[in-house]
Amino acid sequence: MMNKEHLSKKSFPWAHVIGYVGSIVLTVLALWFTVKAPLSQGSIITILLALAILQILIQLIFFMHITESRGPAYHSIAIALGFLFTFAVVAGSLWVMTFNSQVQ
Amino acid sequence: MFKSLVLYLKNADPLIQMSAVAIVLTLIGIVVALTYYKKWGWLWREWITTVDHKKIGIMYLICALLMLFRGGVDALLMRTQLAFPGMNFLDAQHYNEIFTTHGTIMILFVAMPMLFAMMNIAVPLQIGARDVAFPFLNAVSFWLFFFGALLFNLSFVLGGSPDAGWVSYPPLAELSHSPGPGINYYVLSLQISGIGSIATGINFIVTILKMRAPGMTLMRMPLFTWSVLASCIVIIFAFPALTVALALLGLDRIAGTHFFTMLHGGNPMMYVNLFWIWGHPEVYIAILPVYGIFSEIVSTFSKKYIFGYKSMVISLMLISVIGYFVWVHHFFTMGAGPGVNSFFAVASMAVGIPTGVKVFNWLFTMFRGRIRLTLPMLWTLAFIPCFAIGGATGVMLAAAPGDYQFHNSYVVIAHFHQTLIGGAVFGLLAGMYYWWPKMFGFKLNETLGKWAFWFFNIGFYVCFMPQYALGLMGMTRRVYTYPAATGWGTLNFVSTIGAYLMGIGFLFIVVQVLYSIRYGERDMTGDPWDGRTLEWSLPSPVPYYNFAQIPTVNGRDAWWEMKQQRKEYSLSSTKELKPIHMPNNSSLPFFMGLAFFVAGFGLVFNQFMIATVGLIGVVVCMLWRSLEKDTGHWISVDEIKQMEAS
Repeated sequence: MMNKEHLSKKSFPWAHVIGYVGSIVLTVLALWFTVKAPLSQGSIITILLALAILQILIQLIFFMHITESRGPAYHSIAIALGFLFTFAVVAGSLWVMTFNSQVQ
Repeated sequence: MFKSLVLYLKNADPLIQMSAVAIVLTLIGIVVALTYYKKWGWLWREWITTVDHKKIGIMYLICALLMLFRGGVDALLMRTQLAFPGMNFLDAQHYNEIFTTHGTIMILFVAMPMLFAMMNIAVPLQIGARDVAFPFLNAVSFWLFFFGALLFNLSFVLGGSPDAGWVSYPPLAELSHSPGPGINYYVLSLQISGIGSIATGINFIVTILKMRAPGMTLMRMPLFTWSVLASCIVIIFAFPALTVALALLGLDRIAGTHFFTMLHGGNPMMYVNLFWIWGHPEVYIAILPVYGIFSEIVSTFSKKYIFGYKSMVISLMLISVIGYFVWVHHFFTMGAGPGVNSFFAVASMAVGIPTGVKVFNWLFTMFRGRIRLTLPMLWTLAFIPCFAIGGATGVMLAAAPGDYQFHNSYVVIAHFHQTLIGGAVFGLLAGMYYWWPKMFGFKLNETLGKWAFWFFNIGFYVCFMPQYALGLMGMTRRVYTYPAATGWGTLNFVSTIGAYLMGIGFLFIVVQVLYSIRYGERDMTGDPWDGRTLEWSLPSPVPYYNFAQIPTVNGRDAWWEMKQQRKEYSLSSTKELKPIHMPNNSSLPFFMGLAFFVAGFGLVFNQFMIATVGLIGVVVCMLWRSLEKDTGHWISVDEIKQMEAS
């Protein structure tokens, strides 16, 4: 699939390294906030959501080449669909599980 | 570990001991036969190391049929136990294990591989491609599925099957309530085969978007290819939820965390939520390609273009999106508020609308068509009323207040068997009959197939219609027996008869395949059904490079158009042949699957040394692949000419 120009350019893949380290740092931070940080549940959830959004950006920019070129229309549709489903899972789960606060 | 395994077998049910002996004997038989006929090299070169999408499809099909047999035997054992009140055929524990393995196997190791088989065989041929986008990854997917299924099936002879239902909800599935390796088998085998499924989803999306022949725009794609695209979109968005749910449950069981135990602030309801975020889209993953299969079959055997092509495409896409917003209807009774339940009830009912559009389009395609009642068409016709009833009962269940009454009763069992058998199984069998000549070069015998069809269909209604009544009478699912005073005996007995009729139907399919290998009508033209899409332009079985020359597509139903214009896609223009670039075979996918299997087996029994060895194997395989220079090989024009002439 790769064209020849791409193959001949053998520079070190710095973007991948930055992305890899960045995604691990964000994961460790998320774990630290949940396990160690003396914060209320509400603020922890807010911080986790912010970290998750950063994580998505890192994946899109460093691994999924979102900035590289303009592709066919289905690229934007796919990204939009991805965000829709992510929103459905996160917001949906939070909403579905709200009753739990009354139960516990 | 081995001592406990021996102890387990010693104390096991005679049924399990007999199966263990049968497995060992079968294995010895296979090894002896392969050695005697000197077939090891052939097996290794032609099948195990292959990256050819057609062969991978055939291997998926064989595994799916074997697993269908296993899941079917599970079903018959359950129905035998329930035939009379107070039966003593299976004990409670064994019954729990059997309904768990039946559900898991039928969804993940029958429906999934069977539809992967259809995808692999038909999609690259329909879009005019030489293989899938990532042939190596395709082989990795197959071997992960294979070893996942193997790990799952080992459970009942080595240490005990999972017994917490195919959903394995905590706290029941936690270590505190289900000690022993059973649930670990479930978690790890699903995890391993799940990686393969996600890879297949990505592979086919890329194949469909990037590998189409010149002229095949998106709106000229055959509907089966569209439906696979829709299904793969659902796969890559839904499967990660299962991966997360199983990973957390596995950590709870193996590493002692508390994600789903109440003890340290865990929450079992979160597992239920995550499981169904995957679990409901999963039924659309299984049913969407089947809609595509029916569209191909209805169009071919009515000799008409499909009615409402655009609306078919739109409804496929709508189902794959709306299908993502309905998962809570599996746990309305969990106690979420009226807001949550109403939203998901309405969304669940809304999915029925695009589905209804499709059914009407099939009917209108048949209207004034020249219908030929071949086996694929028979199964398609049987699907329509069956699925309509399944859909109607689905809307009943989607109404949240009604669901409080139906939940956990046999109404639910009858409903989802009606959609999954009447939809997915009928469709996958129809697809198997339809593409069988393309895969193997001969047709399956019609007479034996009709016997199978009628036994299976009548058996289906005899088996599941009484279960609606039983559910309304109060019979709950997952009970291993019931007292005579409940009055459920007669209907249960009728249902069991139906199950056996379906079993006879399956045996007819087996006989049909065996008979047709010898005596089936050979397909000399490559186009036995007078087909409409590009796969029928090729000889059967298809040469491994698929198209000697990539065709140019000028419209929908490309092959039909070519036939109408008498423009033979063919061998006449051999002058224009060019060398073909093909991927190399590789043994790495097999070894990678094996390494995952070893790691999974180690984790099942908390043997971390074995698990580490397996995981190191996985990493070594990945490094090997990353550093290996594999640029494929070229087929010369002379070789192509030779193969096209033969």
